[in-house]
Amino acid sequence: MLDRDQVLHVARLARLELGEQEVARMAEELSKVLGHIEKIRELDLEGVAPTSHVIDVVNALRPDDPTPSLPRDVILAAAPEPLNDGFGVPSPGAA
Amino acid sequence: MTAYEPVIGLEIHVQLDTRTKMFCGCELSFNDPPNIHTCPTCLGLPGALPVVNERAIHFGIMIGLALGCEIAERSLFHRKNYFYPDLPKGYQISQYDVPLCLGGRLGDVRIHRVHLEEDAAKLNHLGASGRIHGSDRSWVDFNRGGTPLVEIVTEPDIRSPEQAREWLILLRTTLRQLGVSDVDMSQGSLRCDANVSIRRTGTSELGTKTELKNMNSFAYLERGVKAEIERQRRLLETGEEVEQETLHYDPATDSLTPLRSKEEAHDYRYFPEPDLVPLVVGEEMLAAARADMPAELPAERAERFERELGLHADTARLFAFRAELGDYFERALGAAGSQGNGGLEPAELSNWIPPLVERIGSDADPSSSNVTPESLATLATMVKAREVSRDAAREVLTLLVKEGGDPRAIVEREGLGAITGEDDGLAEIVDRAIASDPAAAEKVRDGNMKAIGPLVGYVMRETKGRADGGEITRLIRDRLQG
Amino acid sequence: MSELIDLTAAQAAERIRAGEISATELFEAYRERAAADELNAFTWVAEAAPESNGNASKPLGGVPVAVKDLFCTEGVPSQSGSKILEGYRPPYTATVVAKLDGAGAPLLGKTNQDEFAMGSSNENSAFGPVLNPWDRTRVPGGSSGGSAAAVAAGSAPWAIGTDTGGSIRQPAALCGIVGLKPTYGACSRYGMIAFASSLDQAGPLTRDVTDAALMFRHMIGRDQLDSTSLEYPGEIAPPSSEDLKGIRLGVPEDLTGAEGGIEPGVRENFEATLALAEQLGASIEPCRLPHAPHALSAYYLIAPAEASANLARFDGVRYGLRVDGDQDLVTMYSRTRERGFGPEVKRRIMLGTYALSSGYYDAYYGTAQKVRTKIAEDFRAAFERFDFIAIPTSPCTAFELGAKLDDPLAMYLNDFLAVPMSLAGIPAISIPSGLSDGLPVGFQLAGPAFSESRLLDAAHALERAIQFDGGRPMTDGGGNAT
Repeated sequence: MLDRDQVLHVARLARLELGEQEVARMAEELSKVLGHIEKIRELDLEGVAPTSHVIDVVNALRPDDPTPSLPRDVILAAAPEPLNDGFGVPSPGAA
Repeated sequence: MTAYEPVIGLEIHVQLDTRTKMFCGCELSFNDPPNIHTCPTCLGLPGALPVVNERAIHFGIMIGLALGCEIAERSLFHRKNYFYPDLPKGYQISQYDVPLCLGGRLGDVRIHRVHLEEDAAKLNHLGASGRIHGSDRSWVDFNRGGTPLVEIVTEPDIRSPEQAREWLILLRTTLRQLGVSDVDMSQGSLRCDANVSIRRTGTSELGTKTELKNMNSFAYLERGVKAEIERQRRLLETGEEVEQETLHYDPATDSLTPLRSKEEAHDYRYFPEPDLVPLVVGEEMLAAARADMPAELPAERAERFERELGLHADTARLFAFRAELGDYFERALGAAGSQGNGGLEPAELSNWIPPLVERIGSDADPSSSNVTPESLATLATMVKAREVSRDAAREVLTLLVKEGGDPRAIVEREGLGAITGEDDGLAEIVDRAIASDPAAAEKVRDGNMKAIGPLVGYVMRETKGRADGGEITRLIRDRLQG
Repeated sequence: MSELIDLTAAQAAERIRAGEISATELFEAYRERAAADELNAFTWVAEAAPESNGNASKPLGGVPVAVKDLFCTEGVPSQSGSKILEGYRPPYTATVVAKLDGAGAPLLGKTNQDEFAMGSSNENSAFGPVLNPWDRTRVPGGSSGGSAAAVAAGSAPWAIGTDTGGSIRQPAALCGIVGLKPTYGACSRYGMIAFASSLDQAGPLTRDVTDAALMFRHMIGRDQLDSTSLEYPGEIAPPSSEDLKGIRLGVPEDLTGAEGGIEPGVRENFEATLALAEQLGASIEPCRLPHAPHALSAYYLIAPAEASANLARFDGVRYGLRVDGDQDLVTMYSRTRERGFGPEVKRRIMLGTYALSSGYYDAYYGTAQKVRTKIAEDFRAAFERFDFIAIPTSPCTAFELGAKLDDPLAMYLNDFLAVPMSLAGIPAISIPSGLSDGLPVGFQLAGPAFSESRLLDAAHALERAIQFDGGRPMTDGGGNAT
């Protein structure tokens, strides 16, 4: 029930560059899984509230007190492209 | 030519003046070196989790109360999912269909909703202009990422660019008085986007709206909205349609360029944030917020100025919505009272603020000028007591602005004291005026008061404005009509 | 050395605290075995025992612990079984790991797992599959396959894993050891590289129930850094029960009766274990969990949806893999994630993104969350009549490597006996209950929220009666010959 266009649309939303074969396989596999999962739509769930949180806790708040930040050299050590004391990326506007 | 009416709504983001970020304990940054205020949470490191800043909630509730909103008893945070380098988790923690506040009103504009969220990081672009187009490489500074934001969305109740500007100033004053934010547009702690559409006057259906971004001053907001209204008007008049799009306003060229077209519209895939628990605002939190509110917010102050002090409605609003004017005025009023104000009405004192503002610049704060509230009060009192003419007082004001000091001393030094009928020499000048223009004098003698102008003008010139115009008129009339 | 390895963690801790054996010696013995591991259970092993730091006098006596790869361990690779995090060393340590270390259980090594905890066989790891110590042609289960195999093979005295939809319990069952999934919120998730935020829980994988209780006792507690963590009500005492008198067990026929569900050998063993429980004094009756058959479908919508957002941070910007090249931003993102994620992870990201996307949210994610509500209600109702639910942990014993890789749905269906408890957030334990064709079978008990003490006690009584011999893989050449 998931066709090629839908797979491509979802892949774009998820920022995944799937190859042609992968797209075809994904369409098949996801359709099969969804075919099984679909059945829950037949249940009568009228008036049932969706679970948004499993535990019965509210307001886990923290006081507005500063805690130490990480040293910059530590965080940049993991950066694929350190640039200007920051994290380099291709420009979003660049064609 | 069809008459079109603009329909404008504003979407405002306010950075809160907390010590730490919305979901972690990193300190907020003020032009600090890049990336020195980060931690696993605001960097989006694997395994990190958010925890809500209780002061941000407190400020959010205060804002809701100040705007007359319904504060939700229970609200949720949601994930807003999209990819961008300034968004480390690939989603922003915000609020969606169960926000902190709904409804409300400020001045003439209804509020649609108010909610809390985290700010994105700062994306900087390499290349000459520093702007995104034409640059090849960008880099991210995460200091700002995670700063607590309140988003305020209005109903589309605004009907002109000027109204938009004035209302935003009112909002800014209100938030400043709450003490929840610096609300400085040039620093980015107050950001405003506008949703603009137009429709034939008298109709009630909404036209297609566009979203305007990048107006980072009150003046730019007004100009940007004005430019967009014009653009839409021209489109509709040539039979074209307005497309729903996001536009970037460039104040340098007064032009609007599309940022994203409809095809690129995001599917944010909102769902409740599973790493946070629901927010329940009970009596205690409301009481704490109320206790922290200032005694009087701008709308209330305007009413008091009008009702109790007898200021003109427009003046009352001006002084209330521009707190620096209102504060200065009230200090001057206090000073006048303690000087023994000789019957000076608040409304009369208020008339001296606009000339002061004219001289120091409309965006300046009178209390940082050389004119102390005490000296303004003194000047106003002197005019009321006819110690100095209105015209001469204006000259004194100019000098006060330039050098400060005491009005009485300036009057003495410059010899600007009022000349009245009791003074020698004034009668003589009145005679010379009459002699200089017999035709006018004749008309006045016959009862035509309209002809008195040139004669009064003569005396004013001769006395260098030290004589009061009304006084001069009386003297001339008495002389000529007996 | 073999004597040292034969001790359970609790026994070793006691001996160390009594001064009978040396913590360093114990660490070294395990370290050697872990380094020589042929099951691919470890992705990293400590280079040396920690310097003596008073561990010997702490509650856990310096008994080392193997930690699933997805727990952040400062300065030590934490890759969650993924290429996209290959070599990543976090700047901080997960709370539960720090707690165990603080209680005297130092880090022995990081264990292999299904990538981002997605899988039931540990065949989805970017670092190769893990082999089952009972039969190296078979899978150990997943996603905590490395942790389970290491404990079963005697390469670690005990281990921590995570359970989202059975990922502790199922590998424990397939490897013949004990695995506990705690009440959601009992253990902090801070520092756990997230899969599905509303389901993930850390928990022990151990040789016996006493060890599980001991480790769990030192893992629990409210963490300021995790908003969803709770203060655990009460203490976890060492389990001591020797019978099941007065215990009411409910067997959910909605699940056990499922068509084509449970292997005959597993079913036989389950019935035999129930008979044993009866002999110990338990009463056994069928119970209804009417929505449990739909738990799998709900799980495979909720977990991938949350995962699709949790994995959005892996974008090549701040850490981990980036596919370089002369390309625009979107291409960089898409190629990095394409190259860095394995097929199962991509499948689930796609499924999750789809379930949340515009137009599908209500039908899929929204519906799944309603089913979840009903499942939780079903359990609450059942626990009014029963102390625990009893059910096999896994519908099958360890299957052959590669047997289910071609059919994702078949792989997912493995989880149907474990996911209902995950959705309801309730605790469940798996204990080895015998062999079927020479392969271990797991027996599962689930209880209401915060019933771990009673659960462990009941499991202890049953374990004592079952007398399962888990030693064969340690001596049989299945693991490491001693």
